[in-house]
Amino acid sequence: MTELKPLVSARGISKSFGGVEVLRNVDLDLMPGEVHALLGENGAGKSTFAKILAGVHRPTRGTIELGGKAVEIGSPIGAQRLGITLIHQEPISFPDLSVAENLVIGQVGGKPLGRVRWAELAKEARRLMGLLNVPIDVTVPMRGLSIADQQMVEIARALASDSRLIIMDEPTAALTPKEVETLFTIVRRLREEGRTIIFISHRLEEVRAICDRVTIFRDGDKIETAETASLTDADIIRRMIGRPVADYLHRGVGHVGAVALSVRGLTLPGRFENISFDVRKGEIVGLGGLVGAGRTDVARAIFGVAPAASGTIEIDGKPAEIREPTDAIARGVAFVSEDRAIAGIFRSLSVETNITAAVPERIAPKGIIRRAVEKALAKESVEKLRIRLATVRQPIGELSGGNQQKAILARWLLAEPDILILDEPTRGIDIGVKAEFYDRIGELAAAGRAILLISSELPELLALSDRILVMSEGKLTADIPRAEASQETIMHAAVPRSGRHTVSGAAA
Amino acid sequence: MNSIDKPTPSTTTPTIVVREAAAPRPRWQVLLIRPETVTLVLLVVATIVASRLSPFFADLGFILESSTYYIEFAIVALVLTLVIISGEIDLSPAAQMALSACLFGTAFKAGLPMPVAIGVSLLAGLVMGAFNGFLVTVLRLPSIIVTIGTLILFRGLAQVLAGDKSIGGFPSWFVGIDYRMVGIVPVPVVVFVAASVLLGLFLGITIYGRQIYQIGTSEIAAIHAGIRVRRIKMGLFIASGLVSSIAGLMVASRLGSVRYDLASGAELTMVLIVMLGGTYIFGGRGSILGTFLAAWLLVIIATGMTVANIAINAQLTVMGLLLIVSIIMTNAIYARSQR
Ligand SMILES: Nc1ncnc2c1ncn2[C@@H]1O[C@H](COP(=O)(O)OP(=O)(O)OP(=O)(O)O)[C@@H](O)[C@H]1O
Ligand SMILES: [Mg+2]
Repeated sequence: MTELKPLVSARGISKSFGGVEVLRNVDLDLMPGEVHALLGENGAGKSTFAKILAGVHRPTRGTIELGGKAVEIGSPIGAQRLGITLIHQEPISFPDLSVAENLVIGQVGGKPLGRVRWAELAKEARRLMGLLNVPIDVTVPMRGLSIADQQMVEIARALASDSRLIIMDEPTAALTPKEVETLFTIVRRLREEGRTIIFISHRLEEVRAICDRVTIFRDGDKIETAETASLTDADIIRRMIGRPVADYLHRGVGHVGAVALSVRGLTLPGRFENISFDVRKGEIVGLGGLVGAGRTDVARAIFGVAPAASGTIEIDGKPAEIREPTDAIARGVAFVSEDRAIAGIFRSLSVETNITAAVPERIAPKGIIRRAVEKALAKESVEKLRIRLATVRQPIGELSGGNQQKAILARWLLAEPDILILDEPTRGIDIGVKAEFYDRIGELAAAGRAILLISSELPELLALSDRILVMSEGKLTADIPRAEASQETIMHAAVPRSGRHTVSGAAA
Repeated sequence: MNSIDKPTPSTTTPTIVVREAAAPRPRWQVLLIRPETVTLVLLVVATIVASRLSPFFADLGFILESSTYYIEFAIVALVLTLVIISGEIDLSPAAQMALSACLFGTAFKAGLPMPVAIGVSLLAGLVMGAFNGFLVTVLRLPSIIVTIGTLILFRGLAQVLAGDKSIGGFPSWFVGIDYRMVGIVPVPVVVFVAASVLLGLFLGITIYGRQIYQIGTSEIAAIHAGIRVRRIKMGLFIASGLVSSIAGLMVASRLGSVRYDLASGAELTMVLIVMLGGTYIFGGRGSILGTFLAAWLLVIIATGMTVANIAINAQLTVMGLLLIVSIIMTNAIYARSQR
């Protein structure tokens, strides 16, 4: 690799937002045909660096050479012309356009007034989605696709672009091992074709599996670039965080009390069928399955976002009529959605407003907002979850992806719910804070709360859950006690197989 | 400030404390780059220009007096501000003013006592607002279409009810609200100022005001956060109907009579005031202060043009330009703070 000339050489890249410097003097060379990881805590500057290469932001200082020539990357279109494509951390799309249309948006080369050949477009879209091996109907609108599916569409769009440099900003955060494996197969093929891939992820095992070299950021500084194999996980974590992170130890199944949430025969045609399970007080129940298995739909039904067509929900032994989220919240249910950009944050409002959004009675007991209380609550959360920001009055949209996620978690932790439904709660959160978050979840369970955890990260499910339910194609296929749970047993139940017996009435 | 007080990259000390990444933008900058500031500057400029144009403008009494023609719309615009911040729009208030005022006139003509006639008018406003609210929050139709529809419907009903004739002959205590003064301030202006203060506080310091911003910023996120989106929007539409009927009564008092074409075309004046005040047409941002300042800006400009003998058509052109410029400014300012 050393005899090759770098494809990209960035020199002295700095970036400030409103006087705050978030990248400082970053030098980085990217070789043709390498997969290069960017690592760092939430807010370290990975996405900012990626966006500078992709023309979204302009560096405050510094130069970029592409193939030996100095270039100005003035806009995303400009980047596209130079052969640089960014897969955004937050999938951005046109929700009302179809998947196929979204796939071709932003491609250069079409004639401005050329006719759209819909049949060809759909065929090409199907081919791309076929490469990724995901069963998404390309004619449906983007709206309503799960985050993972949206992510897959973004990836397909990048593949369609034929770029020299493809930057993937946390592409795997919502994907299960199966989809990750498909993605890796594609990445390996791209590498063989001599393309350069930047891969951003908080999952070290993925970085080990696919990346040739890693670059570690901390607080806007580039700490080190090295061959992946030359660093141990501990080395990487120490460089990222500056301290070792304790492994999360399962607290052991604690005192499990009465049934808090009981779901019977929940059905929403086309989404999920005959779902029955219980979650007890003090219990953490994991919900695993492949992308598209219907886990999110079940959670949304319980929370009243998109109620089930039939079936019953009981809370604390009493039937609960949940038609909209306020009904669920009134019964002590909280739900952290996987889709933080749409269903989570209020982008242009301050961080404190965002954190306290679900506890109006705490910040305004008599209807009048008590700023001091609000600020104190927000600051406490910021410290506990180590949310990195300039001030709590900053618009949350200015925070890095992981820090936004932490703020949403903080919002629901403040609400102190009796039943907490978490959908990919640690999506995009760095290793250091993850451990802390796991501790908090453990504490909540120990305090007698019932927790339903949806996660595509098997180690996370295994580490936290007392019991793991598995869904496949809209049905519950397994209810695995902690002692028997392993990656294999979960994946075995998760992979669709026709004619398999389903576990109905799977309550413990 | 970053390279000095930051630990060097090689430090391995635990950094558990929250890192205040750096000081936020200076406060003066935050204050300056706000749409309300633009409105204020325009207001000052307009006042200076107008007082060059005519010595009348140096006289506060004159401005207050000439404001009574617009102030009814400005009062409605205050509530409209809340509706627009919540991400909806109501284009029917002017028609609601006409229909509720005509109902009032008809009830009075039918021999009902004044308090009952006034009650009928207020009730009508409530019902009309609730009807809009029902279509928007229960049937989930887009408010722009709904209120264009009800704008035509309410105006039509007013005409059916009152015909082409004007209804008058109200008792003298009711007529001439614009000539009653508190000091040198006409009563409608007092109402406007009081309503501005109350709604400003409502929007600024109560949890409901906060939730209106949250709904307008992201309705889906608001629903997920457990905010009673539909209830709040319903309340806003009802408030809009109610304030419209009050404004309708004020017009009836000022003119001494009502007709189906009362306040015709005024929905655009109301939207103009809200937009001039820097409220964002897509919701989530805006303020009562902006609307308050914009109302005075409009009063100065409109009166100034009249004093300067500018033809009505030309006045409309100026208003149209003003609306477009204010939307561009607001958008530019918000786009700046977006990214
Ligand atoms: N538009 C913006 N305005 C102000 N500050 C910003 C803006 N975008 C990013 N920042 C700040 O820059 C820093 C780096 O953000 P960046 O998104 O690059 O982090 P990251 O390494 O990608 O983190 P994560 O792992 O959470 O995605 C953060 O502190 C963030 O608050
Ligand atoms: Mg990022």
